[in-house]
Amino acid sequence: MSKTVERTLLENAIVRFSGDSGDGMQLTGTQFTTTSANLGNDIATFPDFPAEIRAPAGTVPGVSGFQIHFSSRDIHTPGDRPSVLIAMNPAALKANIDDLENGGLLIVNSDAFSKANLKKADYETNPLEDGSVERYRVIKIPITELTHRAVEETGLAKKEADRCKNFYALGIVYYLFDRNMNLTLDWINRKFAKRPEIAAANRLALIAGNSYADTTEIFTTAYSVPPASLTKGKYRSITGNQATAIGFAAAAKLAKRTLFYGSYPITPASDVLHELAALRHFDIQTFQAEDEIAAVCAAIGAAFAGSLALTGTSGPGVCLKSEAINLAIMTELPLVILNVQRAGPSTGMPTKTEQSDLLQAMFGRNGDSPVVILAPATPAECFTYAIESIRIATKYMVPVFILSDGYLANGAEPWRIPDENDLPHIPVSNVAAHSEFLPFERNPETLARGWAVPGTAGLEHRIGGLEKSDGKGNISYDPDNHERMTHYRKEKVARIAHDVPPLEVYGDETADTLILGWGGTYGSIFTAVEWLNQHGVKLAGAHFRYLNPFPANTQDIMRQYKRVIVAEINTGQLDWLIKGQFNIPTTPYQQVRGKPLLVSDLCEFIQGLK
Amino acid sequence: MTESATLQKKDFQSDQIVRWCPGCGDYAILSAVQGVMAELGVPRENIVFISGIGCSSRFPYYMNTYGFHTIHGRAPALATGVKLANPNLSVWVITGDGDGLSIGGNHLLHVLRRNIDVNILLFNNKVYGLTKGQYSPTSDQGMKTKSSPDGAIEYPINPIRVALAAEASFVARTYDANIKHMAEVFMEAAQHKGTSFVEILQNCVIFNKDVFDDVYDRKVRDDHMIHLADGEPLIFGSEEKKGVFFTGSGLTVQKISDSSPEGLMVHNSKEHAPFYPNMLASMEYPAYPVPVGVFKRIARPTYETMLHDQIKVAKQRKGDASLKKLFHAGETWDIG
Repeated sequence: MSKTVERTLLENAIVRFSGDSGDGMQLTGTQFTTTSANLGNDIATFPDFPAEIRAPAGTVPGVSGFQIHFSSRDIHTPGDRPSVLIAMNPAALKANIDDLENGGLLIVNSDAFSKANLKKADYETNPLEDGSVERYRVIKIPITELTHRAVEETGLAKKEADRCKNFYALGIVYYLFDRNMNLTLDWINRKFAKRPEIAAANRLALIAGNSYADTTEIFTTAYSVPPASLTKGKYRSITGNQATAIGFAAAAKLAKRTLFYGSYPITPASDVLHELAALRHFDIQTFQAEDEIAAVCAAIGAAFAGSLALTGTSGPGVCLKSEAINLAIMTELPLVILNVQRAGPSTGMPTKTEQSDLLQAMFGRNGDSPVVILAPATPAECFTYAIESIRIATKYMVPVFILSDGYLANGAEPWRIPDENDLPHIPVSNVAAHSEFLPFERNPETLARGWAVPGTAGLEHRIGGLEKSDGKGNISYDPDNHERMTHYRKEKVARIAHDVPPLEVYGDETADTLILGWGGTYGSIFTAVEWLNQHGVKLAGAHFRYLNPFPANTQDIMRQYKRVIVAEINTGQLDWLIKGQFNIPTTPYQQVRGKPLLVSDLCEFIQGLK
Repeated sequence: MTESATLQKKDFQSDQIVRWCPGCGDYAILSAVQGVMAELGVPRENIVFISGIGCSSRFPYYMNTYGFHTIHGRAPALATGVKLANPNLSVWVITGDGDGLSIGGNHLLHVLRRNIDVNILLFNNKVYGLTKGQYSPTSDQGMKTKSSPDGAIEYPINPIRVALAAEASFVARTYDANIKHMAEVFMEAAQHKGTSFVEILQNCVIFNKDVFDDVYDRKVRDDHMIHLADGEPLIFGSEEKKGVFFTGSGLTVQKISDSSPEGLMVHNSKEHAPFYPNMLASMEYPAYPVPVGVFKRIARPTYETMLHDQIKVAKQRKGDASLKKLFHAGETWDIG
């Protein structure tokens, strides 16, 4: 029978589930997330999965992990180091143990620590017995064996019974953190509605795991993380890629236009293609092209014909699209390029995150070829900036880059669902037929040319990549004209600085030091600023979502501080832009490890500044 | 449509000065296309010409329709986007042997297999003109150019066979020395639902002068070419009539006489079996007469029709595209 245990109240906890990629760790993590979110915790999650679809079972490259940070107050990152690690086999232990905080709780499936499995993970001796995990609180549970016993009555074959052990582990962790199992039980029933015996087995495993932890008193302490006081409203958990896709779908409705998404499968951007492909009933056209070049070119064709045109990819794909992006710049057509950045040059580390394509977006084309660059700061913000990209692209007739990254794309956080009626209408109109039509006539305020789409009688005209004469748009090699058109293209983008929200300062505005960041590192930097201010280091922060142009007040803000730290996951790309455009000295801080910025390292760096 | 019915050839001439070399085959092609446009009955605003890079790709500037001079090799991809965005448009891709078969080979392959309803005119002059005379993917082996002073090493490809291999639903060949033939073929291409691929043998007066004279010069044309016509036997020859026979081991050319063997081929562009158009496409001068006309035309649903059908079905099945429903999909919870 269930006993009443003393539960230690925690403000927050970080749990990492890890196992073989076939062990269902992503699913386990997602279930824990949903349950915690429903409980009212603030959450941030980050999955870490191998590039291989199925690396050899039991090996370190085949380890899949899912980290969740849940809290009774506002949080902004999935956390640096887990305080609880669940390792379903030796390989999972090996891949993750160094991240577990000292004194942290390590729950292992002791059944999996066989000689053969230890060998697969390259362990010469059993780490559970040779003293190498002594600094952690280790709980060894024969999860495989206990799961088999729990599901025995369903008569499932051994292999299928084996697959229930993630639910057994989840049951244990639910007990540890005092979570109700009902949501997961409901989910199991829905998910396996067509296979009642599997549903029954998973239910039994979950409940058995929970009871085991309760009755055996394996945990000397159990915990409770009370609800956070989040803004009232209806929430759902959302990843950056989901938010991006939903944002584009919303933008199309707000602009009353057909959305065209040209893409070629690439990690970590493919989920946006998948999400949008499922939205045909929104009049969304997804086109899986033969290559990256065709994907962007088809999008440009669709833009010419009046659709809202997007292309999505990751860094290597942007390399291939560069020439076509320049065509959109030259023909002044609206185009959104989504780059879900990943680590390294060339193929690099496709499943790992980085923010090292900023200068590529800025300069990676021939000629003077300015584009607009936006960078959402959190997974949920991907929604906002998808809409914003469409607003800017269509208003200014210009290509717009969105720089997302692997962390934002796959990381999840609670999203307060907006009322669709509160979203701003995006006014988009075509040029109407008139006798004075000139293809490159500009709006004096925005410098945008008109959108004259095929099918409109009287506006027949020709555009292309060759330099065009001002106004008429005929081919022109005239030197004065080229200089004028070059400056139009530059000025058009520059003027957007006054059409975007000003840069805001958070933290202690009276500090001498300002830390700047951009895009997906927001959570880490914000958390560091908060922590440092609480620990006697005065610090202000400002985070860029608009990288080109920078918001109009950027210079004014930076000049108010004696020291400007620029923190980013690359070797200094924002730093380069800041120095180049504003000529101010900076203190750069960089981590390039294929991982989100570690808050503790950043804090240590700032504390060490003299 | 009443207005478009009255359109003349000159209505399709733009105000731009045509800047091809005097004597270039492109002039005749332009003239033939403008003539066909007047016949087509499609309003000018619903016609779009899309090109890549190269001499031929200047074409859209000379058409008084919508036009897009894009980047090297990518016109089929651009055209795909245009056609998917607005299936009502009559979309024409202008490309060349370098643009379409070298740098843009991949896009050509895929637009054909997808069967997007665009018309592709590939000007084949077997040389790079705009970059001043290097060999192209269709240049004859051994051709001496500035980039191949000792003769081109590469083996040429045959555009018709490429199109057939890519499962094109309409494949034809015509030549710049015959405006009437071009006009007929272009009209057939325009009327075909699906991707139409037309190779145009075209003379480059500067870098590959008279390259097709052995085939289509008036003096030899009747003996070195064969005009394909559905239901007609493959017979050619100015004085002495010869036929193309299928003899079991392949195609042979023999005189037509009382003692002619069995197996005189009769043209059928709607033949579904792939061997027939491939056999025709393999006929090259001097072993065979060069076939011109429509090699293949089969009915196959177009990509854009199927895409728009999927959208229609999705709307029926999922009902209203409500943002509210989309936002609230999956697990949600209330705070406060």
